[in-house]
This record gives sequence, structure tokens and C-alpha cells, in this order.
Amino acid sequence: MSSEITDDILLDIHRRMVRIRTFEERAGKMMEDGKIPGALHLYVGQEAVASGVMVHLSDQDYITSTHRGHGHLIAKGGEFTYMFAELYGKATGYCKGKGGSMHISNLDLGMLGANGIVGGGPPIAMGAAFSCKFRKTSNVSISFFGDGASNEGAFHEAANMAALYKLPCVFVCENNGYGEYTPQANHQAIVDVADRAPGYGMPGVVVDGMDPIAVHEAAGEAIARAREGGGPTLLECKTYRYYDHVGVRGMGLSYRTDEEVEQWRLKDPIVNFEARLAEQGVLTPEAAEAVHEAARKDVDAGIEFAEASPNPDPAAVTEDVYA
Amino acid sequence: MAEPQPKPRELAYVAAIAEGVRTVMQEQPDAFVAGEDVAEAGGVYGYYNGILKEFGPERVFDTPISEEGIVGLGVGAAATGCRPIIDVMFMDFMGECMDEIANQLAKMRYMFGGRATLPVTILSMAGAGASLAAQHSQSLEAWICHLPGLKVVMACTPYDAKGLIISAARDDNPVIVVLNKMSLAMMGPVPEEPYTVPIGEANVVRGGSNYTIISFGRMVHEALAAATQLEELGIDAEVIDLRSLQPLDSAAVVASVRKTHRAMVVHEAVRFGGFGGEIAAQIQEQAFDYLDAPVARVGAPFSPVPFSPVLEANYVPNADRIVAEAKQQLGL
Repeated sequence: MSSEITDDILLDIHRRMVRIRTFEERAGKMMEDGKIPGALHLYVGQEAVASGVMVHLSDQDYITSTHRGHGHLIAKGGEFTYMFAELYGKATGYCKGKGGSMHISNLDLGMLGANGIVGGGPPIAMGAAFSCKFRKTSNVSISFFGDGASNEGAFHEAANMAALYKLPCVFVCENNGYGEYTPQANHQAIVDVADRAPGYGMPGVVVDGMDPIAVHEAAGEAIARAREGGGPTLLECKTYRYYDHVGVRGMGLSYRTDEEVEQWRLKDPIVNFEARLAEQGVLTPEAAEAVHEAARKDVDAGIEFAEASPNPDPAAVTEDVYA
Repeated sequence: MAEPQPKPRELAYVAAIAEGVRTVMQEQPDAFVAGEDVAEAGGVYGYYNGILKEFGPERVFDTPISEEGIVGLGVGAAATGCRPIIDVMFMDFMGECMDEIANQLAKMRYMFGGRATLPVTILSMAGAGASLAAQHSQSLEAWICHLPGLKVVMACTPYDAKGLIISAARDDNPVIVVLNKMSLAMMGPVPEEPYTVPIGEANVVRGGSNYTIISFGRMVHEALAAATQLEELGIDAEVIDLRSLQPLDSAAVVASVRKTHRAMVVHEAVRFGGFGGEIAAQIQEQAFDYLDAPVARVGAPFSPVPFSPVLEANYVPNADRIVAEAKQQLGL
């Protein structure tokens, strides 16, 4: 499959990764500066996963996300204006300020929400996959979740049902090595979450989640199989979050070493990808910088939009509870 | 001589449920039935008998014993254009799927700023009286009435069972239809054609002038029996079947209490923290000056549902308990 990857796709993946990184760096700063209320779970470090998967999808394909959900929405086509407005809690946000970071969503883009409940998403993704099949479409549904969520019963139930019904579903485990602050070795006895796949009757694949081409290739195979009626796949992407579970500096808990973070940063998905694309003559450093600059401008415009936007009418608190 | 009226068709409660489900499946091509034992077996209570044969395995299918997965399937399918009918065999099993009910199904529309629609109908069986003990007998409506975003209805007659199921499935919100296992064989008139029982409208099932009993679910029948006994004490009780707990028809309750000046709430669930407390509170908020006595509450004692028929008979409220409580309340 990797031989089929075109320059356009490579550049598309790069652009999505840069947009995520740029958005998240600024959003984290805004939160720590007190401009954005609540808690942000930043996606920095994991960009290759969302980008490598999402480049295969259309707006009619569905995803469910996690508490670390901005990256998924950005890679799915989310606009920075409405995203920042949502993070600010403004009336113009994707969710009119009622969801915030942990529930940011856009059904028009097939994005069925970030989710504050670890393991809340897989059953919903499985349901959306059922819907794709029931309505006789060729669309797929992707469940993003973490190594922590792989220990939730909800994941197990969803995986079993998706395999049982041969649903067009891909379970993308972003194994970043930690369930909140607990290292993987302290929360499960296995190293590869994908080892569980045969127990559900589906293929399990492990890829380097810091390598967008590896993610793209494995996701492409899994998504093609799902579209063709071959059922679900458990795709585990080994990745890492650079920042804390919440925010940038977070709560300053001593659960991992600076050395460990530095080792993972050497595998940075964007830096290494840009070097590779430069070597292949696909993207010059100048062209790469132009992508970063465009993303920064979009972030500036997004923040400007959010800050200029009205707050929700306080009376809207009880609106949108029922249809 | 007037023409003799043709006797209205009578159906058992279980058959009325089945007819409601069939009606929904006929009128809504995006509807499907998913749950444990609903397809091949026709449901453990039999109200899905024939549904698989009529609508086929794509629209009626058995699930693993995975309540969180089943409700999650409903959430994901509804958010993307389907109208699922989800069976949660016993209401007691809601503990297994409470995250999908409470944190996903109930809240998704609100969290998404009104940009999601979740037309999910959940059918679930409640009620004690069959010696099924603590984990297959509960009435847990208070759990789900506390969750904004859900509608909750309870059917106490065959007529209401069919009509409420059709209303629930036509509603664009998640609706949980709470059924009662002790009523399955109960007969009652049920029109053959599709009809709805409006969600959010209480039903005055017995008119009265100087006492109001507010009830829902199977306890409505005990309240009616109690009302007959209370006649001998000079009490002319009005009996209100709420039918819909969420939304709650407060206006009907308050209007009745302002007329009768004395009220009692009766439900099968544990009294402490039960839905009756909400009704009593609303009455004192909206009709305090009309009350001649404190609002009485009858419910189950503060214990799990027991197994032994002797213990269970002492657990589930009945007409005698309602009458005794009324006497105490009124100093008779």
C-alpha cells in the first residue's frame, strides 16, 4: 500500500499534523494563561495517528474520539474559529459553548464527539458502524481510544459486537503508554493491546504511531477491509503525549522522567516527517514553513473570532436538552 | 332499543406491547430491534414473537449479553440516522449500561449544542411480585428521571403499553418505556389501528372530590382498589396515573390537589429517595395553601426486594397499605 501513497497525500498528512500541533500548542498556552476555562487534554506528540487515519475518510465516515479529542476533530476538518469559540465557551462554538473541550463535536464532519468518559466512545462508534451497514452505505466508523480505555468493559463489548456483526469499524488504540498517570505496565499485563484482537475474532495490527506513513498504510488496509464487508480491525499505534494528562505543565506529578519525554521527542512525527519529505524532494523547508505559518494564521484568526464572539445567553442553559 | 355496541377488542398487556413494536417497525423503515433474545426466541416475555419473521434479521437481531454495548449501539445508530428500539430485558440491568444511558444517550444532544438527535426507544421490564429477588424485580425509575435529556414513561394497561410505545418511537428524543412484568397477562381494550398515548399527559383514571392518589405503573391498579375501599370511609378519591414521569404533568397533579385538598403518592419503588418525593415537593410548592394534610407517600420499605413470597408480599405496596396510610394521614 505504501507504494500507492501520492505526494498529495503526503502533503495532506503533513498539513493535518502541523495544524494539530499549532492549534494545541496555542490552546494549551491559552488554558494555562487562564483564557480558556476548564481542562484541556492536549494531543501534542500523537499527531501522526489522527492524520494518518483521517486522510482516508470523507465527511460521511464517522469517528468517535476521546477526552484528548482536538486532534481528531482538526484532522477530520474542524475549523479553528468554531473550535476556539467552543474552548472559550462562546455561543458561536461548535457546541454553542455547551460541550467545551471534552465534548467538542461536529456531526456534519462525521465527528461524533470527544468524550469525557474513558471507554465511552467504542460502543458509539460500533453503533455508527452498524448504521453504515444498516443504511447500506460503504462508509466506515473509527473508534479512537487509549491504552487506558482498552481496560474498560465498554471497549470489550463494542469490539465483540463489531466482530460478531462484521461491522465496518476500525478500533484505533492510541497507546501513549499511560492511562492518565499510570504507566501501561501498571494497568495491564500485556504490552500490545492488539494482542486482544484474536480474542474478538478480528485482526490485530501494531504500528509505530510516530510514523504517519506506517499509520496511513495500516489504517488504509483496515479501512478498506471494513468498507468491503470484511469486518473490524484493532489497530494499535504506539505513540506518546509530550504534555501532561491535562494541560501542558499539568499538576506536576512525578510519574515519568524528563529523559523519557526527550527520548520520545526524538521520534517526533512532524520533525522526522519533514526531514523525510525534504529528502524525497516532496516538501522543501521553505514550503514546510509556509504550512506552519498558514496554521499559525488560522490559529490567530480562530482566537480572534472566539474572543470577538458573544457569550451564550445565560437563559440558554436549559435549551437543547430535548429535541 | 339502542343497537348493542360491539365489544371492543381486548388484548393482553404482552400482546399490546408486541402490537406497538410491530406498528413502529411497519411505519418506520429506519427502526430496528436489538436486544438479548429478542429475535430467535421472540423475547423472554414473548412480546417480540413473530417480529423476526415479519421484518427479517437485518432489522431484528439478537445481541450478546452486553447491555452497555447494546445501548451504545443504539446511541451511535441514532446519532447517524436510525431509530433504534433497544431492549434492556430487566430494568435491574441498567447498572450495566448506565454510562451509555446517563453520560452518552441523555447528554449527547445537549453537549453537542443541540446538533444531535437521538430517537432511541428503550423498552425495559420492572416490578416485583414474581419471587425473582433483588436483582430482577426493582423499580428504578428514580435513577433515570434524574437525568435531563431522557423521557420516561410507565405503562399500566395494555392500551397505554401500545400507545406509549408508538409515541416513544415517534419522538425524536430518547424515551425509556418502563413495563411491568406482573401485568403481562392483564387484559384490556386495545384498538387495532395505530394510536398514540401522549407523553407528558397524566390520565385521571378515577374522578374524585376530596382526596387525590397520584400513582404510576402497576400501583395504579392498587390505588384504584384502595379508592373503592376508601369510599366506605367517606373518601371520594381521585386517582391519577402519571403515565409519563419525565416530562411530568405537574399541572394535572396540582389541579387535582387544589380541588381535593389531600394527596397521597403511591409507587412500587423504595419510598426513600423515590420519585414520590419530587411529586410531594411540587405539591407543597404549588398548592401549599390548599392542603388540609401533609402529602402522604406509599412505597417499598428501605430494603432490597426479597425472594421469599412471604417477605415479598410484605414488601410490595398494595391497596390495604394505601388505605392504612390514608387513615393514618387523615386521623381516621
